[in-house]
Amino acid sequence: MTYISKPKLRHPHLKTNKFGFTHRDYEGAVSTLCAGCGHDSISAAIIQACFELDLPPHRIAKLSGIGCSSKTPTYFLGNSHGFNSVHGRMPSVLTGANLANRDLIYLGISGDGDSASIGLGQFAHSLRRGVNMVYIVENNGVYGLTKGQFSATSDRGSKSKKGATNRDSAIDMVMLAMELGATYVARGFSGDKAQLVPLIKGAIVHRGAAFIDCISPCIAFNNHPGSTKGFDYVREHNEAVNRLDVMSPRETITVDYQAGEVEEVTQHDGSVLRLRKLSEEYDVHDRVAAMHHLQKSKAAGEIVTGVLHVDREPDDLHANLNTLTAPFNKLTEKELCPGSPALEKFNASHR
Amino acid sequence: MGLSCTHAVPEYIRLIAAGRYDDAYMINWTSNVFPGVLGRTCDRPCEPACRRGRVEDHNQEKPEPVAICRLKRVAADSKNDIRERLPKPPSQGNGKRVACIGAGPASLTVARDLAPLGYEVTIFDQDPRAGGMIRSQIPRFRLPEDVIDEEVGYVIDTGVEFRGGVRINSMAKLLGEGFDAIFVGTGAPRGRDLDLPGRKEAAKNIHIGIDWLSSVSFGHIDKVGKRVIVLGGGNTAMDCCRTARRLGGEDVKVVVRSGFEEMKASPWEKEDAMHEGIPILNFLVPKEFVHDDGKLTGVVFEKVQAVYDARGRRQLVPTGDPDEHFECDDVLVAVGQENAFSWIERDCGIEFNDWGMPVVDETTLQSSLPGVLFGGDAAFGPKNIIWAVAHGHEAAISIDRLCHDEDTADRPPPLVNLVSQKMGIHEWTYDNDISNDLRHKVPLREQKIALKNINVEVELGFDQKLAFDEAQRCLNCDVQTVFSSPLCIECDACVDICPMDCITFTEDGEEEELRGRLNAPAENPLQDLYVAGALKTGRIMVKDEDVCLHCGLCAERCPTGAWDMRKFLLHMTPAGQGCRDRK
Ligand SMILES: Cc1cc2nc3c(=O)[nH]c(=O)nc-3n(C[C@H](O)[C@H](O)[C@H](O)COP(=O)(O)OP(=O)(O)OC[C@H]3O[C@@H](n4cnc5c(N)ncnc54)[C@H](O)[C@@H]3O)c2cc1C
Ligand SMILES: Cc1ncc(C[n+]2csc(CCOP(=O)(O)OP(=O)(O)O)c2C)c(N)n1
Ligand code: SF4
Ligand code: SF4
Ligand code: SF4
Ligand SMILES: [Mg+2]
Repeated sequence: MTYISKPKLRHPHLKTNKFGFTHRDYEGAVSTLCAGCGHDSISAAIIQACFELDLPPHRIAKLSGIGCSSKTPTYFLGNSHGFNSVHGRMPSVLTGANLANRDLIYLGISGDGDSASIGLGQFAHSLRRGVNMVYIVENNGVYGLTKGQFSATSDRGSKSKKGATNRDSAIDMVMLAMELGATYVARGFSGDKAQLVPLIKGAIVHRGAAFIDCISPCIAFNNHPGSTKGFDYVREHNEAVNRLDVMSPRETITVDYQAGEVEEVTQHDGSVLRLRKLSEEYDVHDRVAAMHHLQKSKAAGEIVTGVLHVDREPDDLHANLNTLTAPFNKLTEKELCPGSPALEKFNASHR
Repeated sequence: MGLSCTHAVPEYIRLIAAGRYDDAYMINWTSNVFPGVLGRTCDRPCEPACRRGRVEDHNQEKPEPVAICRLKRVAADSKNDIRERLPKPPSQGNGKRVACIGAGPASLTVARDLAPLGYEVTIFDQDPRAGGMIRSQIPRFRLPEDVIDEEVGYVIDTGVEFRGGVRINSMAKLLGEGFDAIFVGTGAPRGRDLDLPGRKEAAKNIHIGIDWLSSVSFGHIDKVGKRVIVLGGGNTAMDCCRTARRLGGEDVKVVVRSGFEEMKASPWEKEDAMHEGIPILNFLVPKEFVHDDGKLTGVVFEKVQAVYDARGRRQLVPTGDPDEHFECDDVLVAVGQENAFSWIERDCGIEFNDWGMPVVDETTLQSSLPGVLFGGDAAFGPKNIIWAVAHGHEAAISIDRLCHDEDTADRPPPLVNLVSQKMGIHEWTYDNDISNDLRHKVPLREQKIALKNINVEVELGFDQKLAFDEAQRCLNCDVQTVFSSPLCIECDACVDICPMDCITFTEDGEEEELRGRLNAPAENPLQDLYVAGALKTGRIMVKDEDVCLHCGLCAERCPTGAWDMRKFLLHMTPAGQGCRDRK
């Protein structure tokens, strides 16, 4: 960690967004993670995505569990809401928050230990319920905070820094998320922001459970030759199936692509996900075929990145539960205490 | 020729912040000879270059450089007795004799550089005391006499012979006296006059500003009329009007031909004058001195405006409005200076150009007579003290090489040194935290007291606390970011942390196009991009140095040490062993 805080001075000619904010207005406190940690790059990508989408910081809530990755919400969006929960419990806290106030944008930040080990159950249920959120797992294959033990996403046969071999098979968070019904699934790499920033923007504009598995090298414990989550390994095995551009509703569509090359998916708020195919056969809407492709590529030792699945007609928890459209904090006494006649009526319906 | 004072600026600013005033003073004394004088009067050629002004752009209401000049004064004011650290007259001479004509800053620098080496240096000046225009022209309310005495004294004490009250009237005669070298540092003494109707008749109340100032300095003049008009827009005009305010002038105004922006006076000189209730009137060309039988009553001015011709050149053309007439009791003419070398015989081997100026080599400062050198205002016309000092250093090197039969065109290279400043993972030898303070103002003496006595210094100088705060604004520009491609793993940590968006990893390209697609556009074409290639992904690292804060965060966040903060030291080689050929 650094001892000084990041200087207030900024480049004299930074771009500003709709609110007159620069990307620096979306920063948080200076990071205390190890120098070079992939998680810091993901924080920078989140900052950039929120800036580019003109998000008002006070309409965002960041939630996390425990781990180096779960510490990062302190380092971005310093003017947003935050909740640092216990280990593996971010998904249920987020679900509760979302039920109480559906108007906020929810960013769930977690690690592979937090979500694939202790929090696996919570992870699974938040996705299958379709909570409208962005769920990012900063995946480094180790428990970074507790000094580098193998995590449940660590590939079988990969080696620890000290040379020990991992004998357990790995959980593939992307496969799980697809299986569980997440309606936006992507994989990114902290070392490729050009790819990652749009993936995060896409997840934010998507209404439904959006999951991003972001490979994020742990500089201190998992960036050595025997690792499958280090910079070199990921760069050598990265197979991007598409490139995403996220166009806001007010951006006119000016670039022409040849048919077949580009596909557009309009989101609930009118934003458009514009996907440029890099792999001919990959179809983000065909969940079964996509899962098949992912399995094949994995067997071939490739790490598939990009937008891996988008549901054209996503549902979310509120729709499924048929909840009120207003957040709790907007309800008045009249709605919250409808009086004895209403109670009578309700009780009668259960007799 | 560079200014020797600018290289060590951050180094002595850090010393001032650390309270090491003696060390800060000595760094200054070595390079610019007159830290106490310059700390009050310098023309500040270095401040426009200060990065602080650029990085405050769009961040602070009024971006301003570090008050480099005024910090210099703090070192001079707060130091202890440093005489022990000054060079002593050598016990043995080297048998070479050098004459310096004029005892201004240029000559004094030549003498200070050469005397400790064993040269027998004699300085001649027509004035009884050494200092040149520092003593005779710059008014006491800007520069107290004891500061001049102290710093001129340090020079003389290195073993220099000063012969005051001696005017050199013949170069030919001096050439016959067997000096190994002669340095002409006679300044630019004659003020230009304005030959207008009424000039002769009203002469009694029309004064050449520069002569008037020196008469005030020497105590020959101690009052002026109530209504004074100062003609001219340079720094001399500013000194004239402020001096007039102190000698009884109540309605003092400065009238200038050009517009306010084009005036030669430094912005702060103009500010100081206006602060003392002196209006500056622009676009008025003097036409006639009006007098009543020889008694000056006023000046008539023609109104002009600036017009630009097709080639963008500015011309002042009459507006056609009726002339303006201002009443006054005295006029001070401060419209520039002329050079005068009447005492140099034109047949003694020194070539002069069509404008009556000697032909002087800009590097060696030699005239067409190799043993005769010119420096300061005498060489290329009026400038300022810091340039006179710079000339002095270069002339001393030429003389030293000349006296050792070496080619003066070969100049000694500066000594360059690059040292890592890392002390721990996040510890540096310098304070890398960035201050958000705005430039601190130098406290002034209360105007009621200041305007009453011409010898009372107006600026009080920074106290040590203010000096510390101002010093903390310095961005340590000598501590530079150095990148090593083979170590970089392209993790982006440096890009993410950099507060100024200086660093970009991207595809290679032509500079023009590259400048536009960096994380933040590189807009200053005068600032080279720092580019390094051979990265694993085939990309290049591009850093725009222009607004880098030298905060070292890139190096702190780099996991591999691919960035390092290294202090760049540049020592100008002075006259002496180091400047000579190695044999
Ligand atoms: C009113 C005024 C204010 C100024 N304020 C500033 C300021 O704030 N900051 C700044 O940086 N600069 C200032 N300057 C400019 C600065 O003073 C000069 O640029 C500088 O002093 C030049 O130094 P020099 O060594 O060339 O010679 P000078 O300082 O001009 O000294 C030349 C000396 O040579 C002597 N001399 C001349 N001819 C002979 C001869 N034949 N025989 C013997 N002696 C001779 C003269 O008596 C004089 O003492 C100011 C100038 C003026 C006129
Ligand atoms: C209930 C509980 N069990 C265990 C721990 C110890 N612990 C802290 S962080 C961590 C693993 C974090 O791993 P991950 O989520 O991958 O985060 P990383 O540090 O790798 O980013 C563990 C096991 C804890 N804090 N709380
Ligand atoms: S231990 Fe690993 S995951 Fe944790 S901060 Fe350090 S590099 Fe990042
Ligand atoms: S020192 Fe490094 S981090 Fe700081 S402004 Fe310069 S490039 Fe950026
Ligand atoms: S922090 Fe160091 S290793 Fe990482 S990209 Fe920057 S220079 Fe390269
Ligand atoms: Mg982890």
